[in-house]
Amino acid sequence: MTTEATETGRKPKAEGVGGGIKTQINLPWSKAAQIAMNSLKIRFWRSMITGAGIFLGIAFLCFSGSPILISLFQHKLVPGPDLNRQVWLVVMALLVCTVGIMNSMLMSVSERFREIGTMKCLGALNSLIVRLFLIEALFMGFVSSFGGWVLGFFAVFLVRWITLGWAGGVTSLTPGIIAGSLVLSVLIGGALTLIAALLPAQRAAQMPPAAALRTEV
Amino acid sequence: MSATEYIVRTKDVVKVFTLGEEKLRALDGVNVDIRRGEYISIMGPSGSGKSTLFNAIGGLDKPDSGSVFINDVDMAQLDAGELAYLRCHTIGYIFQTFNLITVMTALENVTLPTIFAGTPTDDGIARGMELLDIVGLGHRYHHKPSQLSGGQQQRVAIARSLANNPSIILADEPTGNLDSKTGEEIIALLRRLNKEQGVTIITATHDYKMVDVSDRVIWIRDGKVEKIENRADIQLSIGGMAGEAEHLAGAAGVDAVG
Repeated sequence: MTTEATETGRKPKAEGVGGGIKTQINLPWSKAAQIAMNSLKIRFWRSMITGAGIFLGIAFLCFSGSPILISLFQHKLVPGPDLNRQVWLVVMALLVCTVGIMNSMLMSVSERFREIGTMKCLGALNSLIVRLFLIEALFMGFVSSFGGWVLGFFAVFLVRWITLGWAGGVTSLTPGIIAGSLVLSVLIGGALTLIAALLPAQRAAQMPPAAALRTEV
Repeated sequence: MSATEYIVRTKDVVKVFTLGEEKLRALDGVNVDIRRGEYISIMGPSGSGKSTLFNAIGGLDKPDSGSVFINDVDMAQLDAGELAYLRCHTIGYIFQTFNLITVMTALENVTLPTIFAGTPTDDGIARGMELLDIVGLGHRYHHKPSQLSGGQQQRVAIARSLANNPSIILADEPTGNLDSKTGEEIIALLRRLNKEQGVTIITATHDYKMVDVSDRVIWIRDGKVEKIENRADIQLSIGGMAGEAEHLAGAAGVDAVG
Protein backbone atom coordinates (compact mmCIF):
# COMPACT_ATOMS: atom_id res chain seq x y z
CA MET A 1 0.00 0.00 0.00
CA THR A 2 1.34 3.41 -0.92
CA THR A 3 1.39 6.02 1.77
CA GLU A 4 1.74 9.75 1.68
CA ALA A 5 4.65 11.64 3.11
CA THR A 6 4.26 11.99 6.83
CA GLU A 7 3.81 15.41 8.33
CA THR A 8 7.05 15.22 10.24
CA GLY A 9 9.26 13.77 7.52
CA ARG A 10 9.79 16.88 5.40
CA LYS A 11 11.62 16.43 2.19
CA PRO A 12 14.30 19.01 1.45
CA LYS A 13 12.95 21.24 -1.27
CA ALA A 14 14.51 23.53 -3.80
CA GLU A 15 14.67 27.19 -2.91
CA GLY A 16 11.57 29.05 -3.98
CA VAL A 17 9.58 25.92 -4.80
CA GLY A 18 6.44 25.73 -2.71
CA GLY A 19 7.10 29.18 -1.33
CA GLY A 20 3.57 30.29 -2.18
CA ILE A 21 1.94 27.37 -0.40
CA LYS A 22 1.14 27.68 3.27
CA THR A 23 0.83 24.66 5.48
CA GLN A 24 -2.43 23.47 6.94
CA ILE A 25 -3.15 24.54 10.51
CA ASN A 26 -3.44 21.96 13.25
CA LEU A 27 -6.76 22.24 15.05
CA PRO A 28 -6.48 22.44 18.86
CA TRP A 29 -7.40 19.39 20.96
CA SER A 30 -10.52 21.12 22.27
CA LYS A 31 -11.84 21.56 18.73
CA ALA A 32 -10.92 17.97 17.87
CA ALA A 33 -12.74 16.75 21.00
CA GLN A 34 -15.79 18.75 19.97
CA ILE A 35 -15.80 17.18 16.48
CA ALA A 36 -15.25 13.68 17.91
CA MET A 37 -18.06 13.99 20.44
CA ASN A 38 -20.38 15.31 17.74
CA SER A 39 -19.38 12.39 15.56
CA LEU A 40 -20.37 9.93 18.30
CA LYS A 41 -23.63 11.79 18.88
CA ILE A 42 -24.79 11.91 15.26
CA ARG A 43 -24.30 8.16 14.88
CA PHE A 44 -25.78 7.48 18.30
CA TRP A 45 -27.29 4.04 17.64
CA ARG A 46 -24.27 2.82 15.70
CA SER A 47 -22.09 3.95 18.60
CA MET A 48 -24.37 2.12 21.02
CA ILE A 49 -23.96 -1.14 19.10
CA THR A 50 -20.17 -0.78 19.01
CA GLY A 51 -20.26 0.13 22.68
CA ALA A 52 -22.35 -2.95 23.44
CA GLY A 53 -19.55 -5.16 22.10
CA ILE A 54 -17.10 -3.58 24.53
CA PHE A 55 -19.66 -3.50 27.33
CA LEU A 56 -20.46 -7.21 27.17
CA GLY A 57 -16.82 -8.24 26.76
CA ILE A 58 -15.75 -6.32 29.85
CA ALA A 59 -18.75 -7.51 31.87
CA PHE A 60 -17.82 -11.11 31.08
CA LEU A 61 -14.16 -10.52 31.86
CA CYS A 62 -14.96 -8.76 35.13
CA PHE A 63 -17.24 -11.60 36.22
CA SER A 64 -14.82 -14.37 35.24
CA GLY A 65 -11.84 -12.63 36.79
CA SER A 66 -13.46 -11.86 40.12
CA PRO A 67 -12.59 -15.16 41.93
CA ILE A 68 -8.88 -14.66 41.30
CA LEU A 69 -9.05 -10.97 42.20
CA ILE A 70 -10.88 -11.70 45.46
CA SER A 71 -8.43 -14.47 46.44
CA LEU A 72 -5.58 -12.12 45.62
CA PHE A 73 -6.94 -9.41 47.91
CA GLN A 74 -7.63 -11.94 50.67
CA HIS A 75 -4.12 -13.42 50.30
CA LYS A 76 -5.69 -16.84 49.75
CA LEU A 77 -4.17 -17.51 46.34
CA VAL A 78 -3.08 -21.14 46.65
CA PRO A 79 -1.75 -23.15 43.72
CA GLY A 80 -3.91 -26.10 42.81
CA PRO A 81 -6.46 -27.36 40.31
CA ASP A 82 -8.97 -24.76 41.51
CA LEU A 83 -6.65 -21.89 40.66
CA ASN A 84 -5.67 -23.47 37.36
CA ARG A 85 -9.33 -23.64 36.39
CA GLN A 86 -9.86 -20.00 37.34
CA VAL A 87 -6.79 -18.85 35.41
CA TRP A 88 -7.96 -20.82 32.39
CA LEU A 89 -11.36 -19.15 32.64
CA VAL A 90 -9.81 -15.69 32.80
CA VAL A 91 -7.58 -16.39 29.81
CA MET A 92 -10.59 -17.52 27.81
CA ALA A 93 -12.62 -14.50 28.94
CA LEU A 94 -9.78 -12.17 27.99
CA LEU A 95 -9.57 -13.82 24.58
CA VAL A 96 -13.31 -13.52 23.97
CA CYS A 97 -13.26 -9.94 25.20
CA THR A 98 -10.29 -9.01 22.98
CA VAL A 99 -11.83 -10.56 19.89
CA GLY A 100 -15.19 -8.94 20.66
CA ILE A 101 -13.77 -5.46 21.12
CA MET A 102 -11.38 -5.72 18.18
CA ASN A 103 -14.22 -6.91 15.99
CA SER A 104 -16.61 -4.10 16.89
CA MET A 105 -13.99 -1.38 16.63
CA LEU A 106 -12.38 -2.64 13.40
CA MET A 107 -15.82 -2.79 11.81
CA SER A 108 -16.86 0.64 13.01
CA VAL A 109 -13.63 2.22 11.76
CA SER A 110 -13.39 0.37 8.44
CA GLU A 111 -16.91 1.31 7.44
CA ARG A 112 -15.71 4.92 7.72
CA PHE A 113 -12.74 4.63 5.34
CA ARG A 114 -14.60 6.57 2.68
CA GLU A 115 -15.43 9.23 5.23
CA ILE A 116 -11.74 9.45 6.08
CA GLY A 117 -10.91 9.82 2.39
CA THR A 118 -13.55 12.53 2.05
CA MET A 119 -12.24 14.40 5.07
CA LYS A 120 -8.75 14.33 3.59
CA CYS A 121 -10.09 15.76 0.33
CA LEU A 122 -11.61 18.58 2.35
CA GLY A 123 -8.27 19.39 3.92
CA ALA A 124 -8.03 17.32 7.12
CA LEU A 125 -4.48 16.52 8.23
CA ASN A 126 -3.59 12.87 8.86
CA SER A 127 -2.84 13.77 12.45
CA LEU A 128 -6.27 15.34 12.90
CA ILE A 129 -7.99 12.20 11.63
CA VAL A 130 -5.97 9.98 13.97
CA ARG A 131 -6.70 12.41 16.79
CA LEU A 132 -10.45 12.31 16.13
CA PHE A 133 -10.49 8.52 16.24
CA LEU A 134 -8.28 8.52 19.34
CA ILE A 135 -10.72 10.73 21.23
CA GLU A 136 -13.74 8.79 20.01
CA ALA A 137 -12.16 5.46 20.97
CA LEU A 138 -11.01 6.66 24.39
CA PHE A 139 -14.44 7.99 25.24
CA MET A 140 -16.19 4.94 23.87
CA GLY A 141 -13.75 2.56 25.59
CA PHE A 142 -13.95 4.17 28.99
CA VAL A 143 -17.70 4.67 29.09
CA SER A 144 -18.51 1.18 27.77
CA SER A 145 -15.94 -0.48 30.01
CA PHE A 146 -17.33 1.34 33.02
CA GLY A 147 -20.80 0.12 32.07
CA GLY A 148 -19.45 -3.38 31.58
CA TRP A 149 -17.82 -3.27 34.99
CA VAL A 150 -21.10 -2.20 36.62
CA LEU A 151 -22.90 -5.16 35.07
CA GLY A 152 -20.10 -7.66 35.69
CA PHE A 153 -19.59 -6.63 39.27
CA PHE A 154 -23.30 -6.59 39.95
CA ALA A 155 -23.40 -10.20 38.74
CA VAL A 156 -20.52 -11.09 41.07
CA PHE A 157 -22.37 -9.40 43.91
CA LEU A 158 -25.60 -11.31 43.19
CA VAL A 159 -23.92 -14.68 42.73
CA ARG A 160 -21.97 -14.34 45.95
CA TRP A 161 -25.05 -13.19 47.85
CA ILE A 162 -27.03 -16.19 46.65
CA THR A 163 -24.31 -18.84 47.03
CA LEU A 164 -22.40 -17.59 50.09
CA GLY A 165 -25.00 -15.43 51.85
CA TRP A 166 -24.75 -11.75 52.84
CA ALA A 167 -22.26 -12.16 55.68
CA GLY A 168 -19.75 -14.43 53.96
CA GLY A 169 -20.21 -13.41 50.36
CA VAL A 170 -21.04 -9.73 50.12
CA THR A 171 -19.30 -8.22 53.14
CA SER A 172 -15.99 -9.71 52.00
CA LEU A 173 -16.12 -7.52 48.88
CA THR A 174 -13.86 -4.83 50.32
CA PRO A 175 -13.46 -1.36 48.76
CA GLY A 176 -10.02 -2.55 47.59
CA ILE A 177 -11.56 -5.37 45.57
CA ILE A 178 -14.23 -3.08 44.11
CA ALA A 179 -11.69 -0.42 43.14
CA GLY A 180 -9.25 -3.04 41.83
CA SER A 181 -11.78 -4.62 39.51
CA LEU A 182 -12.99 -1.22 38.34
CA VAL A 183 -9.49 -0.02 37.48
CA LEU A 184 -8.58 -3.29 35.75
CA SER A 185 -11.82 -3.38 33.73
CA VAL A 186 -11.56 0.22 32.54
CA LEU A 187 -7.84 -0.05 31.76
CA ILE A 188 -8.16 -3.28 29.79
CA GLY A 189 -11.30 -2.11 27.99
CA GLY A 190 -9.85 1.31 27.21
CA ALA A 191 -6.55 -0.05 25.96
CA LEU A 192 -8.11 -2.72 23.73
CA THR A 193 -10.57 -0.22 22.25
CA LEU A 194 -7.82 2.28 21.58
CA ILE A 195 -5.54 -0.24 19.86
CA ALA A 196 -8.37 -1.66 17.77
CA ALA A 197 -9.45 1.79 16.61
CA LEU A 198 -6.08 3.41 16.05
CA LEU A 199 -4.52 0.71 13.87
CA PRO A 200 -7.08 0.94 11.04
CA ALA A 201 -7.58 4.71 11.49
CA GLN A 202 -3.86 5.35 11.13
CA ARG A 203 -3.69 3.13 8.08
CA ALA A 204 -6.61 4.91 6.44
CA ALA A 205 -5.24 8.33 7.29
CA GLN A 206 -1.94 7.55 5.59
CA MET A 207 -3.52 6.29 2.38
CA PRO A 208 -3.74 8.71 -0.52
CA PRO A 209 -7.34 10.01 -0.48
CA ALA A 210 -8.12 8.32 -3.79
CA ALA A 211 -7.28 4.91 -2.29
CA ALA A 212 -9.37 5.55 0.83
CA LEU A 213 -12.30 6.64 -1.33
CA ARG A 214 -12.06 3.46 -3.41
CA THR A 215 -12.44 1.13 -0.44
CA GLU A 216 -15.79 -0.53 -0.09
CA VAL A 217 -17.16 -2.23 2.99
CA MET B 1 4.00 33.90 -9.01
CA SER B 2 0.26 33.68 -8.62
CA ALA B 3 -0.28 35.78 -11.71
CA THR B 4 0.76 33.07 -14.17
CA GLU B 5 -1.54 32.21 -17.00
CA TYR B 6 -1.66 28.51 -16.27
CA ILE B 7 -3.25 27.36 -13.04
CA VAL B 8 -2.71 23.65 -13.69
CA ARG B 9 0.02 22.05 -15.74
CA THR B 10 0.93 18.40 -16.03
CA LYS B 11 4.21 17.17 -17.43
CA ASP B 12 4.63 13.61 -18.68
CA VAL B 13 2.36 12.18 -15.99
CA VAL B 14 2.48 8.38 -15.80
CA LYS B 15 0.42 6.17 -13.52
CA VAL B 16 0.63 2.39 -13.65
CA PHE B 17 -1.87 0.06 -12.02
CA THR B 18 -1.00 -3.56 -11.42
CA LEU B 19 -3.95 -5.81 -12.09
CA GLY B 20 -2.80 -9.28 -11.13
CA GLU B 21 0.01 -10.13 -13.56
CA GLU B 22 -0.77 -7.30 -15.94
CA LYS B 23 0.55 -3.80 -15.71
CA LEU B 24 -1.86 -1.20 -17.00
CA ARG B 25 -0.59 2.25 -17.91
CA ALA B 26 -3.67 4.23 -16.90
CA LEU B 27 -1.81 7.45 -17.69
CA ASP B 28 0.94 7.28 -20.25
CA GLY B 29 2.73 10.61 -20.44
CA VAL B 30 -0.03 13.21 -20.17
CA ASN B 31 0.76 16.87 -20.83
CA VAL B 32 -2.03 19.34 -20.20
CA ASP B 33 -2.01 23.10 -19.59
CA ILE B 34 -5.08 24.69 -18.09
CA ARG B 35 -5.57 28.45 -17.91
CA ARG B 36 -7.00 30.39 -15.00
CA GLY B 37 -10.78 30.71 -15.24
CA GLU B 38 -11.23 28.06 -17.92
CA TYR B 39 -14.01 25.49 -18.03
CA ILE B 40 -12.33 22.27 -19.10
CA SER B 41 -13.86 18.90 -19.83
CA ILE B 42 -11.73 15.80 -19.84
CA MET B 43 -13.61 13.39 -22.08
CA GLY B 44 -13.00 9.77 -22.85
CA PRO B 45 -14.52 6.32 -22.56
CA SER B 46 -14.48 4.43 -19.26
CA GLY B 47 -11.04 3.07 -18.60
CA SER B 48 -9.38 5.80 -20.64
CA GLY B 49 -7.66 7.19 -17.57
CA LYS B 50 -9.67 10.35 -17.03
CA SER B 51 -10.46 9.64 -13.38
CA THR B 52 -6.81 8.75 -12.82
CA LEU B 53 -5.87 12.11 -14.33
CA PHE B 54 -8.48 13.76 -12.09
CA ASN B 55 -6.88 12.13 -9.03
CA ALA B 56 -3.40 13.17 -10.14
CA ILE B 57 -4.39 16.81 -10.75
CA GLY B 58 -6.25 16.94 -7.44
CA GLY B 59 -3.37 15.53 -5.43
CA LEU B 60 -5.54 12.60 -4.39
CA ASP B 61 -3.09 10.06 -5.77
CA LYS B 62 0.58 10.24 -6.61
CA PRO B 63 1.66 9.76 -10.20
CA ASP B 64 4.44 7.18 -10.69
CA SER B 65 6.44 9.68 -12.72
CA GLY B 66 6.02 13.14 -14.17
CA SER B 67 4.83 16.24 -12.37
CA VAL B 68 1.65 18.13 -11.69
CA PHE B 69 1.99 21.87 -11.12
CA ILE B 70 -0.69 23.90 -9.40
CA ASN B 71 0.03 27.63 -9.61
CA ASP B 72 3.53 26.66 -10.79
CA VAL B 73 4.17 24.65 -7.63
CA ASP B 74 5.18 21.04 -8.17
CA MET B 75 2.83 18.96 -6.04
CA ALA B 76 5.42 16.24 -5.52
CA GLN B 77 7.49 18.80 -3.60
CA LEU B 78 4.75 19.44 -1.05
CA ASP B 79 4.69 17.75 2.35
CA ALA B 80 1.46 16.38 3.80
CA GLY B 81 0.63 19.62 5.63
CA GLU B 82 1.01 21.73 2.50
CA LEU B 83 -0.93 19.19 0.47
CA ALA B 84 -3.75 19.37 3.03
CA TYR B 85 -3.69 23.18 2.79
CA LEU B 86 -3.96 22.91 -0.99
CA ARG B 87 -6.90 20.49 -0.76
CA CYS B 88 -8.57 22.72 1.80
CA HIS B 89 -8.11 26.15 0.24
CA THR B 90 -7.13 25.88 -3.41
CA ILE B 91 -9.09 22.91 -4.77
CA GLY B 92 -12.73 21.94 -4.33
CA TYR B 93 -13.73 18.38 -5.20
CA ILE B 94 -16.97 17.04 -6.62
CA PHE B 95 -17.46 13.30 -7.10
CA GLN B 96 -19.73 11.07 -9.12
CA THR B 97 -20.88 9.39 -5.91
CA PHE B 98 -21.25 12.76 -4.10
CA ASN B 99 -19.22 11.49 -1.11
CA LEU B 100 -21.25 13.43 1.41
CA ILE B 101 -20.90 12.27 4.98
CA THR B 102 -24.15 10.41 5.45
CA VAL B 103 -24.67 11.05 9.15
CA MET B 104 -24.29 14.81 8.77
CA THR B 105 -26.92 17.32 7.64
CA ALA B 106 -26.47 19.35 4.45
CA LEU B 107 -25.26 22.32 6.47
CA GLU B 108 -22.78 20.23 8.50
CA ASN B 109 -21.39 18.77 5.29
CA VAL B 110 -20.91 22.20 3.76
CA THR B 111 -19.30 23.68 6.88
CA LEU B 112 -16.86 20.78 7.37
CA PRO B 113 -14.12 22.29 5.15
CA THR B 114 -14.40 25.58 7.04
CA ILE B 115 -13.80 23.70 10.30
CA PHE B 116 -10.62 22.18 8.86
CA ALA B 117 -9.60 25.66 7.70
CA GLY B 118 -9.94 26.92 11.27
CA THR B 119 -12.83 29.31 10.52
CA PRO B 120 -14.78 30.27 13.67
CA THR B 121 -18.00 28.21 13.97
CA ASP B 122 -20.44 31.11 13.47
CA ASP B 123 -18.65 32.37 10.36
CA GLY B 124 -18.56 28.82 9.00
CA ILE B 125 -22.30 28.39 9.48
CA ALA B 126 -23.01 31.76 7.86
CA ARG B 127 -20.82 30.77 4.92
CA GLY B 128 -22.54 27.37 4.71
CA MET B 129 -26.00 28.93 4.59
CA GLU B 130 -24.87 31.42 1.97
CA LEU B 131 -23.55 28.60 -0.22
CA LEU B 132 -26.65 26.45 0.24
CA ASP B 133 -28.68 29.47 -0.91
CA ILE B 134 -26.47 29.83 -3.98
CA VAL B 135 -27.15 26.20 -4.99
CA GLY B 136 -30.84 26.64 -4.14
CA LEU B 137 -31.02 24.42 -1.06
CA GLY B 138 -31.08 26.99 1.71
CA HIS B 139 -34.46 25.74 2.93
CA ARG B 140 -33.22 22.15 3.30
CA TYR B 141 -30.08 22.81 5.33
CA HIS B 142 -31.09 20.46 8.15
CA HIS B 143 -31.76 17.48 5.89
CA LYS B 144 -29.48 14.43 5.81
CA PRO B 145 -28.18 13.18 2.42
CA SER B 146 -30.58 10.22 2.59
CA GLN B 147 -33.50 12.69 2.65
CA LEU B 148 -32.28 14.45 -0.49
CA SER B 149 -32.51 13.42 -4.15
CA GLY B 150 -29.35 12.68 -6.17
CA GLY B 151 -29.38 16.11 -7.78
CA GLN B 152 -29.84 17.80 -4.42
CA GLN B 153 -27.01 15.78 -2.91
CA GLN B 154 -24.76 16.82 -5.77
CA ARG B 155 -25.73 20.45 -5.19
CA VAL B 156 -24.77 20.08 -1.53
CA ALA B 157 -21.46 18.63 -2.70
CA ILE B 158 -20.96 21.63 -5.01
CA ALA B 159 -21.70 24.01 -2.14
CA ARG B 160 -19.19 22.07 -0.02
CA SER B 161 -16.53 22.30 -2.72
CA LEU B 162 -16.88 26.10 -2.66
CA ALA B 163 -16.65 26.43 1.13
CA ASN B 164 -13.14 27.86 1.31
CA ASN B 165 -13.27 29.90 -1.91
CA PRO B 166 -11.10 27.57 -4.01
CA SER B 167 -9.62 28.75 -7.29
CA ILE B 168 -10.11 25.33 -8.91
CA ILE B 169 -13.08 22.99 -8.84
CA LEU B 170 -12.38 19.42 -9.87
CA ALA B 171 -15.42 17.37 -10.75
CA ASP B 172 -15.19 13.66 -11.47
CA GLU B 173 -18.25 12.58 -13.49
CA PRO B 174 -20.48 15.06 -11.62
CA THR B 175 -23.50 14.06 -13.68
CA GLY B 176 -22.71 10.34 -13.84
CA ASN B 177 -25.27 9.27 -11.24
CA LEU B 178 -27.98 11.73 -12.24
CA ASP B 179 -30.80 11.66 -14.79
CA SER B 180 -30.26 13.88 -17.80
CA LYS B 181 -32.47 16.79 -16.69
CA THR B 182 -30.84 16.95 -13.24
CA GLY B 183 -27.49 16.58 -14.96
CA GLU B 184 -28.23 19.64 -17.09
CA GLU B 185 -29.10 21.65 -13.97
CA ILE B 186 -25.80 20.66 -12.37
CA ILE B 187 -23.88 21.59 -15.53
CA ALA B 188 -25.67 24.97 -15.68
CA LEU B 189 -24.82 25.55 -12.02
CA LEU B 190 -21.14 24.77 -12.60
CA ARG B 191 -21.09 27.06 -15.63
CA ARG B 192 -22.70 29.86 -13.59
CA LEU B 193 -20.11 29.49 -10.85
CA ASN B 194 -17.37 29.54 -13.47
CA LYS B 195 -18.75 32.76 -15.01
CA GLU B 196 -19.75 34.58 -11.82
CA GLN B 197 -16.98 33.59 -9.43
CA GLY B 198 -14.20 33.02 -11.93
CA VAL B 199 -13.49 29.53 -10.62
CA THR B 200 -11.50 27.27 -12.91
CA ILE B 201 -13.57 24.17 -13.49
CA ILE B 202 -12.09 20.85 -14.58
CA THR B 203 -14.48 17.98 -15.09
CA ALA B 204 -13.78 14.40 -16.05
CA THR B 205 -16.86 13.23 -17.87
CA HIS B 206 -18.37 11.29 -20.70
CA ASP B 207 -21.52 13.37 -20.69
CA TYR B 208 -21.79 15.13 -24.07
CA LYS B 209 -23.96 17.87 -22.56
CA MET B 210 -20.81 19.04 -20.83
CA VAL B 211 -19.16 19.85 -24.18
CA ASP B 212 -21.60 22.70 -24.83
CA VAL B 213 -20.42 24.72 -21.85
CA SER B 214 -16.72 23.86 -21.92
CA ASP B 215 -14.12 26.30 -23.13
CA ARG B 216 -11.89 23.43 -24.16
CA VAL B 217 -12.27 19.68 -24.29
CA ILE B 218 -9.38 17.34 -23.65
CA TRP B 219 -9.91 13.95 -25.22
CA ILE B 220 -8.19 11.08 -23.45
CA ARG B 221 -7.80 7.61 -24.84
CA ASP B 222 -5.70 4.74 -23.48
CA GLY B 223 -3.96 7.03 -21.01
CA LYS B 224 -2.85 9.52 -23.65
CA VAL B 225 -4.15 12.90 -24.73
CA GLU B 226 -5.76 12.23 -28.08
CA LYS B 227 -6.64 15.81 -28.96
CA ILE B 228 -7.49 19.12 -27.34
CA GLU B 229 -10.28 21.09 -28.94
CA ASN B 230 -11.63 24.59 -28.41
CA ARG B 231 -15.37 24.89 -28.16
CA ALA B 232 -15.56 26.80 -31.44
CA ASP B 233 -13.97 23.89 -33.29
CA ILE B 234 -16.30 21.37 -31.67
CA GLN B 235 -19.36 23.32 -32.76
CA LEU B 236 -18.19 22.91 -36.36
CA SER B 237 -17.78 19.18 -36.06
CA ILE B 238 -20.96 18.61 -34.08
CA GLY B 239 -22.45 16.60 -36.92
CA GLY B 240 -19.82 13.94 -36.39
CA MET B 241 -20.61 13.70 -32.69
CA ALA B 242 -23.13 10.87 -32.82
CA GLY B 243 -20.66 8.67 -34.66
CA GLU B 244 -17.99 9.57 -32.16
CA ALA B 245 -20.30 8.60 -29.27
CA GLU B 246 -20.86 5.16 -30.71
CA HIS B 247 -17.18 4.80 -31.32
CA LEU B 248 -16.45 5.72 -27.70
CA ALA B 249 -19.09 3.37 -26.33
CA GLY B 250 -17.56 0.55 -28.34
CA ALA B 251 -14.12 1.28 -26.93
CA ALA B 252 -15.29 1.18 -23.29
CA GLY B 253 -12.72 -0.91 -21.51
CA VAL B 254 -11.59 -1.67 -17.98
CA ASP B 255 -14.21 0.05 -15.84
CA ALA B 256 -12.42 -0.34 -12.54
CA VAL B 257 -9.55 1.87 -13.54
CA GLY B 258 -11.57 4.60 -15.26
